[in-house]
Amino acid sequence: MKRILTALGLITSLYVGEGWTRERALTLAGSTTVLPIAQRAAEEFMNLHPDVSISVRGGGSGVGIAALIDGTVDIANSSRPIKTKELKKAREKGIKPVGTVIAKDGIAVIVHPSNPVGELSLAQIRAIYTGEINKWKEVGGESKTIVVISRDVASGTFEVFKKLALGGERVRPDALMLASNKAVATTVAKTPGAIGYIGLGYLSPEVKAVKVEGVYPSKEDVVSGEYKLARPLFMYTDGEPRGLAGEFINFILSPKGQKIVEELGFVPVK
Amino acid sequence: MRDNLVKHLLLSCASLSIVFLAGITVTLFKEGLPIFKEVSVFKFLFGRYWYPTYDPPDFGILPLILGSLWVTLGALFVAVPLGVGSAMYISELAHPKLREILKPMVELLASVPSVVYGFFGMVFLGPLVQRLFDLPVGLTCFTASIILGMMALPTVASIAEDAISAVPRELREASYALGAMKWETITKVVVPAASSGIIAAVILGFGRAIGETMTVLMVAGGAAVIPRSVFQPVRTMTATIAAEMGEAPMGSDHYHALFGIALVLFFITLGFNLLADKIIKG
Repeated sequence: MKRILTALGLITSLYVGEGWTRERALTLAGSTTVLPIAQRAAEEFMNLHPDVSISVRGGGSGVGIAALIDGTVDIANSSRPIKTKELKKAREKGIKPVGTVIAKDGIAVIVHPSNPVGELSLAQIRAIYTGEINKWKEVGGESKTIVVISRDVASGTFEVFKKLALGGERVRPDALMLASNKAVATTVAKTPGAIGYIGLGYLSPEVKAVKVEGVYPSKEDVVSGEYKLARPLFMYTDGEPRGLAGEFINFILSPKGQKIVEELGFVPVK
Repeated sequence: MRDNLVKHLLLSCASLSIVFLAGITVTLFKEGLPIFKEVSVFKFLFGRYWYPTYDPPDFGILPLILGSLWVTLGALFVAVPLGVGSAMYISELAHPKLREILKPMVELLASVPSVVYGFFGMVFLGPLVQRLFDLPVGLTCFTASIILGMMALPTVASIAEDAISAVPRELREASYALGAMKWETITKVVVPAASSGIIAAVILGFGRAIGETMTVLMVAGGAAVIPRSVFQPVRTMTATIAAEMGEAPMGSDHYHALFGIALVLFFITLGFNLLADKIIKG
């Protein structure tokens, strides 16, 4: 009996002790476009606050928002505004998603560096993605077949591209479907006839961004609105950001956080 | 008393897997069947277009079924000769010391995470295939088949090896006594005696390959069209579910359609597993 009591006492003290030292935890999931910002910001934030542990996952904007609605994450990263369908779903579950714009991003249309085509109009991009045009020759390039690379439907980049560049039209069925910005960049870099689209933050010398409607996707032209394929990036929280989520979002909006945004190739909002 | 307790404990462990299986089956049917109120079974299985998020949507999964089958059959072309070959070598020819090294090595292949295979395929094998065959793009059915074949290899090899080792020594000795050479003994006595186990190994390898998700998502290219050549990007059923499930709002047609795909996949693997079972039991 005594032994049992001691054991119970030990267990209780362990439990209480654990409760005292438990870290404050924050989980984020969603857009692979926002992912690098969230990861870098999380690292720096955890350096400043050793008691905080932040876990950041990708998955795509839709995945993040679905997780926020299910209550499994504190912040949903999204590269598109929340959809009415999702808002309705959230309301049913008693969750009020509020979006904070943490950065701006352009969607760069990219080709292989060896491709002589340096400029496309929105109409040409649409014709390529819907399958009206099959050869680079038709837009002033070589006689190569165009390899059209698109994203999965969970991608916010796809949603925005579909709306801004395709006007809601269907992507040709034989387009390649890849599951992340990085996968698109890697595949375009290794495929001479490819065309793809990625967030500005994923641009590298391995791929070539083309001018869209005569404008190169530079930060200045994303801010001014000259570059047509641009969008805000969001962090969604349940209600106005408060508590640890609020602290974290404020950190990203602070000069230090916005410097991270800029370093990663995105456009600061402040 | 204690024996009984242990017996019941183990019984509940064993029945737990039945509970899980039943739970999964019920969920699949419950979430998958509603799609057939929107689309007929025929249109779902034989529709040529998969545009689940457009308005109006198209829920035809023929390209996805064919994509899965092509990639899987391709994987078997890689895994079966290599797997059965290595099983024959390991159990019949290899020096015992070499066998001690080889067998765990083959099994080690199974422990490499699929995302690593996927990365390897995307960064190394894809571009190689593209240059070698002068294709527009390297992420093709062919590329995915090679990688999946490597992943199914340990399954095929280890089950085939078990089957071959289980052939009684008397059979071999009788064969030698009749004056047969080693090679004749292997091909004419041992392998036929182990054939049901080898066929089961092939079928389980098939199950391993058709269910694989991450690798095909990364390597097969993901084009939802009916494949006309192995050197063309394809999309499998598993990759579609993995890529789209996160976005599909719960209870929507898209969501039910994805479960519908899972249901089709479930019947395919169930069928092949029953077949393997039947063959093993004779």
